[in-house]
Amino acid sequence: METTPQTESKIIELKPFADEMVVNMGPQHPSTHGVLRLELKLDGEVVREAIPHIGYLHRCFEKHSENLSYPQIIPFTDRMDYVAAMNQNWGFCLAVEKLLKADESKEFEVPERAEYLRVLICELNRIASHLLSFGTYGMDIGAFTPFLYAFRDRERLLLLFEKVCGARLTYNYIRIGGVSEIIPMEPGSITEQNFLDEIEAFLDYFEPLIDEYNELLTKNSIFAERTTRVAVMSAEMALSYGATGPNLRGSGVDWDLRRDEPYSIYDRFDFDVPVAVDVPELGSVVGDCWSRYKIRMDEMKESIRIVRQILAEGLPGGPVMADLKAVRPPKGEIYFRSEAPRGELGFYIVSDGTPKPVRLKGRSPCFSALSALQELSRGLMVADIIAIIGSIDIVMGEVDR
Amino acid sequence: MSDFRALFASPNFNISESFLPNINLQNQRNWAEEFIQNVVIPRLPEAVASHFPVEIGTVLVMFACAGVFVGVFPLLPLVLVLAERKVSARFQNRTGPMRVGPWGTLQTLADGVKLIFKEDFIPPQGDKLLFLLAPYIIFACSFAVFAAIPFSQGILVSDFNIGIFYIMAISSVIVMGVIMAGWSSNSKWSLLGSLRSAAQIVSYEIPLGLSILTVVMLVESLSMREIVASQSNGVFSWLIFRTPFAFIAFFIFFISSIAEVNRTPFDLPEAESEIVAGFHTEYSGMRFALFFIAEYANMFAVSAIAVTLFLGGWEGILPGYDILGGFPGFVIKSLALVFLMMWLRWTLPRLRVDQLMNLCWKYFIPIAFFNILGTGIWGLIFPEDTVISTAISCAIIYIGLIAAYKVAGRGLAQRPAPQPS
Repeated sequence: METTPQTESKIIELKPFADEMVVNMGPQHPSTHGVLRLELKLDGEVVREAIPHIGYLHRCFEKHSENLSYPQIIPFTDRMDYVAAMNQNWGFCLAVEKLLKADESKEFEVPERAEYLRVLICELNRIASHLLSFGTYGMDIGAFTPFLYAFRDRERLLLLFEKVCGARLTYNYIRIGGVSEIIPMEPGSITEQNFLDEIEAFLDYFEPLIDEYNELLTKNSIFAERTTRVAVMSAEMALSYGATGPNLRGSGVDWDLRRDEPYSIYDRFDFDVPVAVDVPELGSVVGDCWSRYKIRMDEMKESIRIVRQILAEGLPGGPVMADLKAVRPPKGEIYFRSEAPRGELGFYIVSDGTPKPVRLKGRSPCFSALSALQELSRGLMVADIIAIIGSIDIVMGEVDR
Repeated sequence: MSDFRALFASPNFNISESFLPNINLQNQRNWAEEFIQNVVIPRLPEAVASHFPVEIGTVLVMFACAGVFVGVFPLLPLVLVLAERKVSARFQNRTGPMRVGPWGTLQTLADGVKLIFKEDFIPPQGDKLLFLLAPYIIFACSFAVFAAIPFSQGILVSDFNIGIFYIMAISSVIVMGVIMAGWSSNSKWSLLGSLRSAAQIVSYEIPLGLSILTVVMLVESLSMREIVASQSNGVFSWLIFRTPFAFIAFFIFFISSIAEVNRTPFDLPEAESEIVAGFHTEYSGMRFALFFIAEYANMFAVSAIAVTLFLGGWEGILPGYDILGGFPGFVIKSLALVFLMMWLRWTLPRLRVDQLMNLCWKYFIPIAFFNILGTGIWGLIFPEDTVISTAISCAIIYIGLIAAYKVAGRGLAQRPAPQPS
């Protein structure tokens, strides 16, 4: 029998007098954001190579979906990026809706009220997601307190989500053709008014806090020392790895699907897309960990702007679900991408005209960003690896699917 | 018992001197022996008294005192652990432990009991002997430091003539225990943590020692008692205000001692988010508790040393009055520094290894050497500590603080990008 390459690699790994030490960071490790396993080849504290091993959270989402009808898939999308589940629901529903619209015979429009609710909830979810990212990043760098501040504020958002759909983490709120009506909220009712008032109260409370967090962590000199000029991802590199969202904008590429390829009703709102610039007073250059982190802090403000515009307009009346008799898309295939908090979330669906997809593929923004880790981390220190993982903000549920 | 009380009440009484070994003070009678002779023997029946083994009794009394010492000081970490949890809770909009005892005051006790009953896990592939020994070394060394800390005029276990030198020496041995723990755990994270710790403690001992030297040059003594005695003229005679160099030395000392006790922003040896828990990752149960107690005891010890060296020890802020003086004053001052450490811990992120070393070798050590030079020159200009010298010193400190504030506001120094290798 021939020696397989696998056994050979084992022999190489067990070299007794090598200067390199192989360390497994993860899958159980406090700051690999879930179950990422990194095989670190260390020369003292210097990382010669960091090889990510993924798949510890693989749940066969794509294969599973082939046996489920389209509405049944939505709860599974919740489990992808469980930190921003609303946006995952939405991304999937948008893809299915686009596929449904390909059928000329079935005319339908997502009701205005549902569109507003979707944008409102998803932008709040974006804030919640970025808050978690901010908090855990602080903890990765060693500051424990911002983490608890972030969770304190996120808690208020989760209570709002609970009010609207009954769940705190896996919402299953956005449905194909509209939004869920499990907890009824009549247009113009006291319930709706209370809900909007609570959102407004939260925004009034939270908006000044972002500046406070910037003072506490972002501009902290130790934090800046740790994150600026570390793991600089150039624009070319970001594009070649397919990094999207805050990671791409952190590398100085001005690209946001909400503005550049507007879906839903994003073209009606006025918001800026934060793009990284050099910050000489902190020593930051475009594309370093600090820039990626800072983009998220700035995006929270923009999300607040969008939500405030919705609150000023008020929710329109009408139904929240389109009149879809059954979700039976025509034969064909579709790819649709939307801007989730972690980047470009795409769904590729192949349909044969039955209620179940033949093939479903999720394009995970975290997976693409994580693939850059190996190149980013070479020659840095162990502590920098943590800083990189935190700054590209991965959620393993989405990477592994 | 009246003799015993009278012994304590007499103005000349001094526990510390009585505790000194006979070889140092041959003319003085041992306090414990005196206690046996004057208090115990007269109360015994005559038949027993004539045969009472005074030497053995003396040793027993000594052991009892040592027992009280070892028994009382671990209570300090118990309080400090609770304080840390309460302080951090306040910083983070929480209440902290609230269930065990009133306001959660018995929480650490409950945790201690839990830890005692937990399994004492020993890594099967590790070095068993070193693994078992390491916590005791760390524990013993961190408590041995307390022997030379003067809590007040009378409460000082032993007034060595080389007190501060002894403290430096003993606290350096802790690093041995850390390396033993890291090596014997047979865990790569533990090893990384212990080597980080060794590098850190060895490096930071240099600025620490050099800033102590500044004080020693001013006082011209290594004895803790004499260092405090030289600061007895109110707040402006405290060594921190005596010369501007001592003022700088205080900050170097304090920051280096934070690094010595492995606390944020220098908590790399136990950086949870990087190397899990560093050298004590594999420890459980009572052995883990020993590390924990030692850590908090250390924290108090370095604060107490900083108070002794720079902030007047048990001396109050006004000469002749006991404001912030005596035993309570000493403890209050030390706890204030401990609180400062907690404040820093719950506010600041962590440095990286190379930045930590940069700070030590490129900034602290040169500044500390400059301090020694400056203190020498200061001593030549002002051979006696007078009102004028103190006034000039305070003026320089004031101007320096304002200048530092202006400069620090301008932003951070640039640093070169890390070169991929």
